[in-house]
Amino acid sequence: MCELRIMDKKNIHNIIALANELRWKIGDDFHDNLAEGIYADAAEIVEDAIIDKNRDRKERLDNKIDRIVTSRVWGFPIMFSILALVLWITIKGANYPSAFLADILLGDVRPMLKSFAASLNFPWWLSGFLIDGVYLAVAWVIAVMLPPMAIFFPLFTLLEDFGYLPRVAFNLDYLFKKSGAHGKQALTMSMGFGCNAAGVVATRIIDSPRERLIAIITNNFSLCNGRWPTQILLATIFIGAVVPASLSSIVSLGAVFGIAVLGIFFMFFVSWALSKTLLKGEVSTFNLELPPYRPPDFWRTIYTSIIDRTLIVLWRAIVFAAPAGAVIWLISNLYIGEQSIAAWMIHYLDGFGFLIGLNGVILLAYIVAIPANEIVIPTILMLTVLVTGLNVGEGAGVMFELDSVNDTASVLKAGGWTLLTAINVMLFSLLHNPCSTTIYTIYKETKSMKWTVLASILPVIIGFVVTFVVAQLWRIFVN
Amino acid sequence: MDVLPHSNCENCEHFNADGLKKLGVDTTDFDYIVALAGNPNTGKSTVFNALTGLRQHTGNWPGKTVTRAEGAFQYNEKKYKLVDLPGTYSLLSTSEDEEVARNFILFGKPDVTVIVVDANRLERNLNLVLQILEITDKAVLCLNLMDEAKRNNIEINIRSLAKDLGIPVVPASARYKEGIPELIQTISDVASGKIICKPHRIKNIPKDIEEAVRILSDKIKKEFPNIPNSRWIAFRLLEGDNQIIEALESGVFV
Repeated sequence: MCELRIMDKKNIHNIIALANELRWKIGDDFHDNLAEGIYADAAEIVEDAIIDKNRDRKERLDNKIDRIVTSRVWGFPIMFSILALVLWITIKGANYPSAFLADILLGDVRPMLKSFAASLNFPWWLSGFLIDGVYLAVAWVIAVMLPPMAIFFPLFTLLEDFGYLPRVAFNLDYLFKKSGAHGKQALTMSMGFGCNAAGVVATRIIDSPRERLIAIITNNFSLCNGRWPTQILLATIFIGAVVPASLSSIVSLGAVFGIAVLGIFFMFFVSWALSKTLLKGEVSTFNLELPPYRPPDFWRTIYTSIIDRTLIVLWRAIVFAAPAGAVIWLISNLYIGEQSIAAWMIHYLDGFGFLIGLNGVILLAYIVAIPANEIVIPTILMLTVLVTGLNVGEGAGVMFELDSVNDTASVLKAGGWTLLTAINVMLFSLLHNPCSTTIYTIYKETKSMKWTVLASILPVIIGFVVTFVVAQLWRIFVN
Repeated sequence: MDVLPHSNCENCEHFNADGLKKLGVDTTDFDYIVALAGNPNTGKSTVFNALTGLRQHTGNWPGKTVTRAEGAFQYNEKKYKLVDLPGTYSLLSTSEDEEVARNFILFGKPDVTVIVVDANRLERNLNLVLQILEITDKAVLCLNLMDEAKRNNIEINIRSLAKDLGIPVVPASARYKEGIPELIQTISDVASGKIICKPHRIKNIPKDIEEAVRILSDKIKKEFPNIPNSRWIAFRLLEGDNQIIEALESGVFV
């Protein structure tokens, strides 16, 4: 047995030796010769089997479309218009279902839960903790997040199925290459506009670990669905108000779009910086076939994108929002001495907040809202009311949003907000740590604490720097 | 012009809705392993979903399937485990996805390899097909996107193609579930040995290389009489593929 094994080995070595010898004989171009041979065979077989009546009429149509959407002149404008259109449809379309869900979940279900808890003689703190804390956070996330995602993801998937996304990758390839990143990052970046967690998962399409890490770390710079409502609300209240009424909606939408584009700029910049420092390496080349344009299978696309993306992302957001709601309620209702924990924290954060043109309320809202960006505005409003003692809202720890933009504006202004505050909150909403769902996803995808921490902290640092600089310049030049 | 059985006619011998059970992700206790290979963006995932009843998302961009997806279906009492390989243009290079596909077909020893090709881009797709046919002699060609080909006025002589390739060819439009029953029937026939393939061998190679491959593959055949793909191993050895050398040494092929 043993002898046989040795003999086997010897014979195998003979084979390998023979292979080496033959390799010398046939020379270097074996690979090319083989490849050419395969192509020649393929051509012969196709010659026999295919009758192509008008070989390239369809191809010509595809090419015509491609020549426009990937052209130097029209490529970028078309890309930005499509992005703007998708976002516009998402934002406009989500308004009604969001309001409807909020009506049901906050207006109808919550009082029912409240009276149910009362009938069971729940102590005030238990019903407060469960209903005003946990339930309310979950309800907010569903009401604010579900409609835009249920619109954005199908739209995105339709573009994907139609075949447009590879063209985006093609257009942006040069910029990504310049910044030392992979061209397919264009696809994961676009996905990030829907949800960063989904964008991080999508980076699996990038083979090279180095470039995949860059794509993961910078995905947070795509302004996700959870942050759009904040941007729009603040732009409407503060930026739209400084121009004549006829221009205000255009200007405020422009400001929001500007923030998104700024995010893209930071994505390129940070990718570039990473590839020059921590993640040095060659840019890998890849084969990106531009697929033919295909009419998407509409209903199937809607179905799969809702099942595959929307519900999974929503579920994770809910799981993370529930404890956040609990924390928000607790810090507003637990007292140390004279003040609630929230009031103390706001007090301590105020100084640093001023330095970067924000305030303690905003910083605290961002700290407790790590789980989900959707609850930032309701939390800010609640905390503002808490510290200013205004007579709106429903009490400590109860997140709310006001029906009218004007009411919201007056609450925020009572909290000491200026145009600078609004601009910096918009910037900070773009440039801060990813939400906890995304952080968790990053950890799951990278399996590395180090990269997870870096991906979480880097955007906050950038956010602090940017808001600090803006605040200082503003105070010097504007005030 | 439709001489082929139509998917929906219930009298047709290929129509066997009762015999088919989509098993989703339950891949336990299978009788056969079926590999699903093909170029990127040819609808492999769609075929995969149609066979397993799973709903892996399909998208119109290459490189969609990033991990090896597995699923299963049952047909006439036999269980088939289906492995969706990453889409690749070739099996000759060293990129990670090509390695996954190549290694699975070579070392995973699937009972049937279904090669999904885009009927509109047959010539380009054949590059991969011909390479796979050097590795395995149990293969089925799924000529997908026939609906588009029809729209593009491309007519394909299925019989001549099947004859040239030496494997069964099944035209399909997986998106509309057309051709799937026929594909299942053919997979089962190849797996059970009812259909014996005589796969095409790459012909247009310079004389000296052909000679070298013949010498080497004869020697391999003598050593491992059961190897079906001595020619492919010879190709890889001439290329200097270390993985193959290691595999020979560790005795994977014995």
